[in-house]
Amino acid sequence: MGSTSGRTNEGLGRRDVIKRSAALGLIAVPTMSFLSACASSDSGSDEKVEKGTKSAKNPLGVNETAALEVVIFNGGFGEQYAIDAEKKYNAAFPKAPKVKHAATEKIQSTLQPRFNGGTPPDLIDNSGAEQMDMGVLVGKKQLADLTPLMDAPSYDDPSKKVRDTLRPGVLEMGQFDGDPVWIMYYAYTVYGVWYSQTNLEKLDAAYPETWDDMLALCEKAKKKGIAGWTYPGKYPYYLPFSLYPFIGKIGGREVLDKIDNLEPNAWKDPAVKAAFEAYYELFKKGYILKGTPGLTHIQSQTEWTKGKALFIPNGSWVENEAAPTTPEDFKMMVGAPSSLDASDKLPFGTIWASGGEPFVVPAKAKNPEGGMEQLRIMLSEESSKNFTKSVKSLSAFNGGTDGLTLSTAMQSGVDVLKQAGDNVVNPRMQDWYVKLQKEQIGIAGIGEMMAGRATPAETIKKIQAFADAAAKDQSIKHYKHQ
Amino acid sequence: MQHGKYRFIAGFLVVPLALYAIFVIWPFVQSIYYSFTDWTGLSPDFTMVGFDNYSRMLDDDIFWKSLQHSVLLALLLPLVTLGLALFFAFMLNVGGRRRKNAAVAGVRGSSFYKIAYFFPQVLSIVIVALLFQFAFNPTSGMLNSTLKAVGLRSLQPDWLGDPDLALYCVMVVLIWSTVGFFVVLFSAGMASIPKDFYEAALLDGADRITTFFKITLPLLWDTVQSGWVYMGILALGVEAFTAVQVMTVGPGGPDYSTTVLPLYVYQTAFRDAQAGYATTIGVGLLIVTMLFAGIVMRLGRRERLEF
Repeated sequence: MGSTSGRTNEGLGRRDVIKRSAALGLIAVPTMSFLSACASSDSGSDEKVEKGTKSAKNPLGVNETAALEVVIFNGGFGEQYAIDAEKKYNAAFPKAPKVKHAATEKIQSTLQPRFNGGTPPDLIDNSGAEQMDMGVLVGKKQLADLTPLMDAPSYDDPSKKVRDTLRPGVLEMGQFDGDPVWIMYYAYTVYGVWYSQTNLEKLDAAYPETWDDMLALCEKAKKKGIAGWTYPGKYPYYLPFSLYPFIGKIGGREVLDKIDNLEPNAWKDPAVKAAFEAYYELFKKGYILKGTPGLTHIQSQTEWTKGKALFIPNGSWVENEAAPTTPEDFKMMVGAPSSLDASDKLPFGTIWASGGEPFVVPAKAKNPEGGMEQLRIMLSEESSKNFTKSVKSLSAFNGGTDGLTLSTAMQSGVDVLKQAGDNVVNPRMQDWYVKLQKEQIGIAGIGEMMAGRATPAETIKKIQAFADAAAKDQSIKHYKHQ
Repeated sequence: MQHGKYRFIAGFLVVPLALYAIFVIWPFVQSIYYSFTDWTGLSPDFTMVGFDNYSRMLDDDIFWKSLQHSVLLALLLPLVTLGLALFFAFMLNVGGRRRKNAAVAGVRGSSFYKIAYFFPQVLSIVIVALLFQFAFNPTSGMLNSTLKAVGLRSLQPDWLGDPDLALYCVMVVLIWSTVGFFVVLFSAGMASIPKDFYEAALLDGADRITTFFKITLPLLWDTVQSGWVYMGILALGVEAFTAVQVMTVGPGGPDYSTTVLPLYVYQTAFRDAQAGYATTIGVGLLIVTMLFAGIVMRLGRRERLEF
């Protein structure tokens, strides 16, 4: 195998051609795949189907012959609950073609081109890792106002409006600025400190209602070689699930609102400091499972179900997600954050609960009334029960658990909500400022603190700087609590 | 003969060049255009913002951190991977004990090693990254379990959870998954070097190290250079992105210790819905890549030996 380089003549040698194309390829390959994903096209036609006539059975005025297209995020909740509800839609409008149903994990990859092209489907479950940024969708006027749905009579009881059948906080979460409702969160998630009743009983303990009890219980567990806490160290933004309501409990709702509003010095509130120091103490006293900073959510949940740690900050989806490793007699429960001391502004039981699985109707959908009608059907008691039964989660429909046998985890979710009463807090960071919440506060801030690489004081300073930068950043949309 | 040569070549290349222009050059032009806009990526309307994105990028700490990590990967990965691959290939082909009737031979079992080294290449990088995620699990992963078994209980790092180690963990994975390919590539190159050269060198009393540097490496230089370019693609592009995205805290953490440029482009475009700014970072990545290619081409220029 000889080598000839075109050194003697001036033309292009074979090697040179190959080398130059290799150089071009080198430039092209890495950048190509990222940049070429970005290409926008003209906005499509604004054609909509004609509205139907409103009637008692059809309060939204759905066109009875129009097609309906639904795209569902196929994640922890699957797609069956939506398919069941679509069957009811078809039963209600027999003249319409069968509902066009699609389920995907890749919401953004599937739907971004359709938004750019102006031909989105009629109803979307915009959820999962590839969730499209809600703030941008709202800001760019891509979503339909769901107020007609909220004001329509509910499916089960025509004397009640849909908005009056929802759980606390769900409607407000769908608003961004002012009255229009852009998003209908269908699932209802309870966040808090999750534990196994069985494992606590083994230590002759009950769920600690004060922080001193919490520390005492962790100490007791430590002596037996069990860690007090673990958390998904790779995704430390799970810690706020119990930390934010803890802050809210200590300092009151206003502290959390100030944080959400990105007000100057919001993080320097004494309540934040107290909560951070309490959590940091867990690390300092060695109550956190060794190796936690390197665990994923699944890995940490597995350590927890194996009984290596007592508590984990999480949301109510953990029951489903951890099911494969959960022992039968585990008795999974959720607890509200323990009381730090008597000066706490809110009573024990204060908890974070909020909507999940955000459903949206695109502004440019062909059949927006159909999309809303589908949501109205899903918010009926029967559909809600079906959802709760099949995916083990509460829905946004207030009630809908009567007559169902609930698992311990779900029952304890219902119980803590009952105990909380009005003291349900709803920090909005994670849907208003995703980057700030996850990457900056979660990973770079709280994550570093809980791994013991930063003190609470340093962490607060760092997070305040992130929040100030986000408040100044003109490229992100800012929101305020009403 | 020279007359009309370019036209002759171009005649053959019209179709591929047209494809290249449409699918490679045109997206480049488009993205450079988008880098001057505030396009969100979620709706078709946007406005021109001039150099705003660029000045923002220059003030962006995370951009500089990502750049630093990407450059580090582009420098270290080729060096270590190609070094290891050359060593392995040399041992497999030339490094063995001398046997009868053969001037040079590989170590015993070299054909087995060749397959073993190549094996990771058939696994997709996502799978490799997932497997290593289990290996790096601090509580029950392979690495820490081994450390525990040999009595080093106190020395059990958090691996990917430790900002000082995380980027190196990613590098190890990338090296592990690519080194085999180069072992095979270099083996093929070495096999084509005439045995007489080695015989002559041995007769002159050269030892293995001298043989490697005076004969093997110079005759293999073109292949090594191509390998360098290929590793650069890996380190600046998709493979590095995938490994970081799948394995690391966050991804990109802890505390931004593993973020790389392609990851930052991805997050900005698809998580933060700032496609305009993301393409700006993409242009930054383009400049880095061009510089890398330029340097490699310049450094690699050498007299060629003909044989």
